[in-house]
Amino acid sequence: MIERSHHDMGGLPAGKVERSEHDYAEWERRVDALMVLLSGVFDGKKLLTVDELRKNIEALGPEAYDRMSYYERWVTSITQTMLQRGVITTEELARKMREVEERGR
Amino acid sequence: MAVEALFRPGDRVRVMRAYPLGHVRTPYYIRGHDGVIERLCGSFPNPEELAQMRSGLPAQPLYRVRFRQNEVWPDYRGRPDDVVEVEIFQHWLEKG
Amino acid sequence: MSELGRYQPLSYFQLMEISLRELLVEKGVVSETQIEATVEDMRARGPERGARVVAHAWTDAAYKRRLLENGTAACEELGLDVPALRLVVVENTAEAHNVIVCTLCSCYPRMLLGLPPDWYKSRNYRSRVVREPRAVLAEFGTVIPESVRIRVHDSTADMRYMVLPMRPAGTEGWDEQRLAELVTRDSMIGVALPKAP
Repeated sequence: MIERSHHDMGGLPAGKVERSEHDYAEWERRVDALMVLLSGVFDGKKLLTVDELRKNIEALGPEAYDRMSYYERWVTSITQTMLQRGVITTEELARKMREVEERGR
Repeated sequence: MAVEALFRPGDRVRVMRAYPLGHVRTPYYIRGHDGVIERLCGSFPNPEELAQMRSGLPAQPLYRVRFRQNEVWPDYRGRPDDVVEVEIFQHWLEKG
Repeated sequence: MSELGRYQPLSYFQLMEISLRELLVEKGVVSETQIEATVEDMRARGPERGARVVAHAWTDAAYKRRLLENGTAACEELGLDVPALRLVVVENTAEAHNVIVCTLCSCYPRMLLGLPPDWYKSRNYRSRVVREPRAVLAEFGTVIPESVRIRVHDSTADMRYMVLPMRPAGTEGWDEQRLAELVTRDSMIGVALPKAP
C-alpha cells in the first residue's frame, strides 16, 4: 500500500534472524567509502546528504529493494543522487559503463 | 532564527497520525501513539527537506520519546514497563 | 575479492561502482587516494574501540557518568576520533536491558564500532526486534528474564546508540585490557551479554 513505504518495516511479521555474516568485498568497501566521502564526514564538504541517499533507496520499489543486496542498493542510490545533482549525466554514465565493459574483454 | 523547543522531559505527547508521501523518519508503527519525552536531543536540519535537496533549515527540535510496548502493539507479550524509545522531530508531535 | 574480478564477469552493480568512481575521479570530485584512504580508515574502525570505552566505564564511575551524559565527548576523551557521531550510550542494569535497531534503514555508530553485521540490516531483525525483543534475543541465545524490563531504541534520526553492558561478575581487580576482551560487538548492540570471565 502506498501510504506505508516498503522500507518502513518496524513491527511487520518476518522470519528468524539469519545470523550468518559475509566478509565485505572490496567493491562494497569502496561504495561505503564513497558515501562517507561525498557526505562530507571528514572535511565537511557535502556533495550529497545521507537523506537524499535514503530517499533514493526508498524509491527503489519493493521488489528491487528486497532482491538487491545492501551495497547494490547503496551504489544505485549514490549514482541516482549524483545524476539528480547534475554531477554526472546519464550519457556520461552510459559511455563510461560501455568503456569499462570493453576494457574487461 | 531558531525554532523554539516546545516540550520538556516528562511531557506527554502524541505522534501525529498522518501518512504523507516523501522521505519521513517517523516510523509508521508509532504514528498516532502516545508517549513521554525522554530528552531533547538538540535541533537538527529537517531530514524530510534535506532529502529533497533543500537546506532543512531552520533546524527543528528532535526528541527521544518513550512509548510503552503494550500500548504500541495489541499483541505485545512482555512486561508492562517494556518500552520502545524513538527519535521524533517536533513537527510530528502534539501535546498528549 | 579483487583477484576474483579477473576471472569473473562484473555484475551490473560492480560495473556501476567502477564507472561512478572513475567518472567522479575524472571530474575531480574525489581522488583514488582519498577513496583508498577512506576504505582503510573505515577498515580500522571496529568493535574493539567500543570495548575500550566500556572497559573504562566499568573501572571509572565518574567516566561512566560522563559517558552516559555525552557519549561522543567521552569517546574523544579516550582519544577515539568519531567524526560526525552523536552517540547516546544506554546502560544495562539489573532492572533494564537495552537493545538497538534502526527499523528504517541501518543506522549504527559506524565511526566508533565500524561496519554493522549483515543481520542488523536485515528485514527480519529490523521488523521483529522492535515488536518482540525477547523472542529475537532468544534466537541469539540471549534470554532476558521476566524480572528485567527491555528498552528497545529505534535509531530514527541524528543520534546513534551503543549499549553499555553490565560488568560480568568475577572480574574484580581486572585491568581494562582484560575487561575489554569480554566486550563483544553483539553486547554493545544489545542482542548478547558480554563474555563470562
